[in-house]
Amino acid sequence: MAFDEYSKRDFTVIGTRPIRQDGIDKVTGRAQYGADFSLPGMLHGKVLRSPHAHARIVSIDTSAAKALPGVKAVVTSADFPGTGSEVQDVQDHCLARGKAMYDGHAVAAVAATSGAVARKALKLIKVVYEVLPHVTDIETAIKPGAPAVQDGLRHKKAPDRFSDNTTGWCEFGHGDMDAGFAKADIIVERTFKTSSTHQGYIEPHACLASVGTDGRADLWCCTQGHFQVRNLCSKMLDMDQSALKVIATEIGGGFGGKTTVFIEPVALLLSQKAGRPVKLVMTRDEVFKASGPTVASMTDVKIGMTKDGRITAGYALVRYEGGAWPSDTHYPGAQCAFASYDLEAVKAQGLNVLTNRPLQAAYRAPGSPQSTYAVEAVVDELCVKLGLDPLDTRLKNAAKKGTKSSYGPTFDEIGLIQLLEAAKAHPHYSAPLGPNQGRGVSNGFWFNFGGETAVSLAIDFDGSVTLVEGNPDIGGSRAAMSMMAAEELGIPYEKVRTIVADTASLGHNEVTHGSRVTFAVGLATIKAARAAKREMCARAAKLWGIPAEAVAWENGAARATGHNAGNHDPITIEEFGATCTKTGGPIVGHHETMAEGAGVSFGVHICDLHVDPETGYTTVLRYTVLQDAGKAIHPAYVEGQMQGGAVQGIGWALNEEYIYGTDGRLQNAGFLDYRIPVASDLPKIDTVILEIPNPGHPYGVRGVGETGIVPPLAAISNAVSHAIGVRMSELPMSPPRILKAIKSKG
Amino acid sequence: MVMVTVWGSLRDATDGKAEVEVDASTFIEVLNALKRNYPGLTQQIDRGVSLAIDGLIYKDSWFTPVRPDSEVVLMPLMVGG
Repeated sequence: MAFDEYSKRDFTVIGTRPIRQDGIDKVTGRAQYGADFSLPGMLHGKVLRSPHAHARIVSIDTSAAKALPGVKAVVTSADFPGTGSEVQDVQDHCLARGKAMYDGHAVAAVAATSGAVARKALKLIKVVYEVLPHVTDIETAIKPGAPAVQDGLRHKKAPDRFSDNTTGWCEFGHGDMDAGFAKADIIVERTFKTSSTHQGYIEPHACLASVGTDGRADLWCCTQGHFQVRNLCSKMLDMDQSALKVIATEIGGGFGGKTTVFIEPVALLLSQKAGRPVKLVMTRDEVFKASGPTVASMTDVKIGMTKDGRITAGYALVRYEGGAWPSDTHYPGAQCAFASYDLEAVKAQGLNVLTNRPLQAAYRAPGSPQSTYAVEAVVDELCVKLGLDPLDTRLKNAAKKGTKSSYGPTFDEIGLIQLLEAAKAHPHYSAPLGPNQGRGVSNGFWFNFGGETAVSLAIDFDGSVTLVEGNPDIGGSRAAMSMMAAEELGIPYEKVRTIVADTASLGHNEVTHGSRVTFAVGLATIKAARAAKREMCARAAKLWGIPAEAVAWENGAARATGHNAGNHDPITIEEFGATCTKTGGPIVGHHETMAEGAGVSFGVHICDLHVDPETGYTTVLRYTVLQDAGKAIHPAYVEGQMQGGAVQGIGWALNEEYIYGTDGRLQNAGFLDYRIPVASDLPKIDTVILEIPNPGHPYGVRGVGETGIVPPLAAISNAVSHAIGVRMSELPMSPPRILKAIKSKG
Repeated sequence: MVMVTVWGSLRDATDGKAEVEVDASTFIEVLNALKRNYPGLTQQIDRGVSLAIDGLIYKDSWFTPVRPDSEVVLMPLMVGG
């Protein structure tokens, strides 16, 4: 098997809450983020961006900019060595080729001796545009006759009622839909809309590129996956991968938005041309305009139910808007829509629509929150109409081991039933509500996955341990890896230091996404520690003159075991480190794998809120997240992931949206106008971790990073709907939108 | 022989069949057999797919064994945030 089977065991380190190893650096300012790196002779890069939502680039004259004293390089898309690679869309997103596809699209870039000179040079670049018709909203973009964002990309199976901007089409499900709906006592059908939201990471994209005269390059950047940065940049710049070393800096949030590149290839081009290091740092305005938000959506849902709450059939049509290039987020949108339910008849269809917006980027469980919102809102409406308890109804229909999932495979061990039962028993669910208050619940699902992973673990001369991994530490992964290594080796957590290696120091590691790191890197860490233990036990066997099978590793030492092993004093890990040069050289365990066997993840959320009937302002009063972690390595970080996902979902539900004017330009590219929740807006988010072990991991770990953002949209929408007595069907539920709904009651 | 379930929008390439039988004993043999028997699936498979084998999703593990009684589901390539 490609994965390690789970086996039940007692833990000493796992499940405790030690201080994270990067914590002091981060709170004292010692930690170095993307913009903190500098090199001698470094230039400052700036990017010229399109003021038009859609325009043909007739010409670009950079001569005046190049002539400005202090300017060392100017680049456009023509400076890329080629076109037509499989990463062409990403390359075109980094620097416009022929057409500006959205407001803020990069058109040219400058490197100069100071930021001021670079900004002045940008003003000297003359771009002649031929403005084209644009479309920025999904509803218009999908209608026949809408302005074409790109020609020739219409999906061959796109229904005729949709425009040529429809670039993707998928369908999942099973069973007889007509028979399913015929069995229903009641059917509810409704359309839901969500807005584009940004991941809202605090740290803007930042990088420092240094290309040598021999063509070899170093690149420092804040990213969720520096190996992926190397893949993309080396393809765009036609470099050998080994010629580009990428160093991941500390990262101030990513949430999926830093799984691709925006400025890194541009900085490399500038450095290559100038022959000097170039630093590029996005402004907040640029982050909003030109890095990827999540998709906006329109989802039709139709669900049939019997009077006693059994769902007889479920249908969804998921329409996602992913910016000016094709994207595939409609796939997981369609797959996840009904994944929490055990259904005889289910069908989910999905499509992607082009608009003149930046190319969407992943955002925590990409695609699942939007479709789940629509399904969970209709389930709630059915419960209201039939007078059913929403958790009992979900329990009656919940997916479980043996359920044929709505996206195809049959579920193994999953914890949804346990989560729903825990939610039902939680004091929150029975707490009284006051006037103008509402309570909402929702399920949520995400796949989780593993991917290619390499780690190396060295026993140092004093018996302390250096663990080398290749995924940036976003959610406390260095601490989690140190804990798993310490557990496996039987040594204190403090004796293990985990570092994140650059791309030249370790085999390829997949991006930090898919909630994969604690699962996959953890699995590799455990296997690497076991390899080191095997080596130490083998050396002990040689020293004692007994078979290797007669030596076992316990509590940080090799011990002779068995009837004929003899009487030998244990050899500790410190002794192995101190004598390693005499017993065979450095002791290193390493493991490389394509980690498979990630267990799927479910969550259940409960939300209480108050709506001011005069202003439409919503206050979240109480919020509880219940989630299955398989095994929580460091429970505080699991809770942090659950709370963080919930808070981002609350922002998505209540405040956050990309607002484009009729001119196709983004109107709220800043945190003052794009309002994310802050601590003072919210109550403490209560968490309940359930541990239903994942059979595919030695400790039972499941990823927890993404599922937490799936249920909040519907939980809050259902709560608002109950508080005001009107079914809400569009996000964000901003005060004006809620007031309008209240007034619609008459 | 192994029964493979394909998702709905690919069934044009499998003569409308939701399940197709292929002669294969590993992940890569399943994909190769699908491409050989149903050329209409080639573009999607080359673009990237996952396989769910007995409930677990495998992104790209060619040598993963597949038994005749395994539940095998062709799935889109997964990405996450």
